[in-house]
Amino acid sequence: MAQPAVKVGPAGKPVKRRAPSPGWGPYLLLLPSMILLAAFTIYPMISSGYLALFHANLANREPVWAGVENFQALFTSDLFLKSLKNTVVFAVVTIPASVLLAIWLALQLNRKVRSVSFLRAAYFYPTMLPLVSAASVWNFFYNPNYGPVNLLVRLFGGTAQNWLGDPQTALPAVMFVSIWKDAGYFMIFFLAGLQSLPSDVFEAAELDGANRWQQFWKITFPLLSPTTLFVATISFINAFKAMDQIFVMTGGGPENTTSTLLFYIWQQTFQFWDKGMGAAASVVLIVILLAVALFNQFYVDKKVHYE
Amino acid sequence: MNKKMTFFDWAMYVTTAAVALGWLIPLIWMVATSIRPETSPVGTGSMLWGGSATFANFQRAWSTAPFGTYYKNTVIIVLGILCTQMITITLGGYVFARMNFRGKDWLFVAFLLQLMVPAEALVVPNYATVDAIGLVNTRVAVMLPYIASAMGTFLMRQTFKQVPRDLEEAAIIDGCNHLQVLWHVFIPIARPTLAAWALSSISFHWNNFFWPLIVTNTNDVRPLTVGLAMFTKAAETGADWSLITAGTVMVVAPLLIAFFLFQKQFINSFMRSGIK
Repeated sequence: MAQPAVKVGPAGKPVKRRAPSPGWGPYLLLLPSMILLAAFTIYPMISSGYLALFHANLANREPVWAGVENFQALFTSDLFLKSLKNTVVFAVVTIPASVLLAIWLALQLNRKVRSVSFLRAAYFYPTMLPLVSAASVWNFFYNPNYGPVNLLVRLFGGTAQNWLGDPQTALPAVMFVSIWKDAGYFMIFFLAGLQSLPSDVFEAAELDGANRWQQFWKITFPLLSPTTLFVATISFINAFKAMDQIFVMTGGGPENTTSTLLFYIWQQTFQFWDKGMGAAASVVLIVILLAVALFNQFYVDKKVHYE
Repeated sequence: MNKKMTFFDWAMYVTTAAVALGWLIPLIWMVATSIRPETSPVGTGSMLWGGSATFANFQRAWSTAPFGTYYKNTVIIVLGILCTQMITITLGGYVFARMNFRGKDWLFVAFLLQLMVPAEALVVPNYATVDAIGLVNTRVAVMLPYIASAMGTFLMRQTFKQVPRDLEEAAIIDGCNHLQVLWHVFIPIARPTLAAWALSSISFHWNNFFWPLIVTNTNDVRPLTVGLAMFTKAAETGADWSLITAGTVMVVAPLLIAFFLFQKQFINSFMRSGIK
């Protein structure tokens, strides 16, 4: 069939030509990314939901339908509940601690004083270390017999502890390493945030007689809130994927006080070969991550002060 | 903040400097112990010693574990990921910055999902996938989940959005197709962004541990981090800290030295690739 040379509209006028449709172009260009995202981000979310509905362990080489039994088992398992609790504690402690430390560092190092760039590097360098090797260095520092942490404690008249071996202190000791690792990284975002603040607001506040403390809480901190939200989000993800340091420092012990959600998933799947339970725990982790991300996107984001 | 520093300012600044020294102690100890002669045992509790430095620990570490192979594997994995990422993030960034098509928003959401749920949370099903296609214990398996990068794609999209339309249109009038426009107009402008991306991608994958740990099980494909963790576990039972720190220094030295030399570029890179 012959096509009319010019498309004609209802009133007999030629239709205004629209931008040419890009056709298959964009899909072809996105294809490499989409295949890999589909295979390693989207499919695994669905497949862990599916595998979680089966008993797939050493007793059942061929997966056997389980319905919600894996989830029932999870939420009655002391080890899982403990791991979930440890992960929440990890997040609740490390997020505010590293964010506040990072803000404080940024405030101190946002001036033109000699040696500022050296000090920034001193706080930032842990970012460049693999967490596993940093963790093995900290193993030495926490050593109960000759570790420097105990030397320091004794120097100030305290009693030496078996930091990583005592259920009371193991999780705090591991969390401290995460704060040490991340604070300098978070600091650079706040430095950038501080440098973009308008100086006239502070001058006006000073004229009005606001002191430093008031200026910080009434002006600086609210204006930095997009940065704070962003950094807190990274910190949240880091807390929920904490694994390397636990693998090297405590192996989840003592008495499972440092077992986190991801450690539990790894242990169920690759130590006990219970893939169904590993998948069910993965589903819990994925749901938490997605829920917090969506909450950020649709709720917190609207309350945060943007310029 | 060029105002006069008060006493309070000075007190805070001195505190910051003192804490910074505390922050550096693990690094100082690591380097000091790695060059400490074996005859001066660590267990005595003294942090530093008065003796001479030695490279014997590095020789011992190098002959105890196949660090040469680990190095080779890490370099192959890091560069393999970087080169393929450069392609995927450039194409993806260009499409999202400049093209309109049906389903764009949904595809964008697929990328967002990768930011929300990090690869670490998906190790169990991803291991099953890699197993099903017969790639367990290969370097390709270590690379696969990271080749598509939402972070990198969004970074390129931001950069490409700032390219003036005129430049692009001029190239199209000259008869360039999309790929040619991308190659001749967009990529030259995005070079600093790609360089910044490269630094943070290299740093991340040089240091990555959990996924390579799971997906490799022999020394001929293991990267440095996994090899070092095995090596450390073995040496820790003997509390051979000189050996452990020598191994650790070998693993961290390339990135750390590069960082102290090019501090500005690294910090800038980490900042940009962190911002959406």
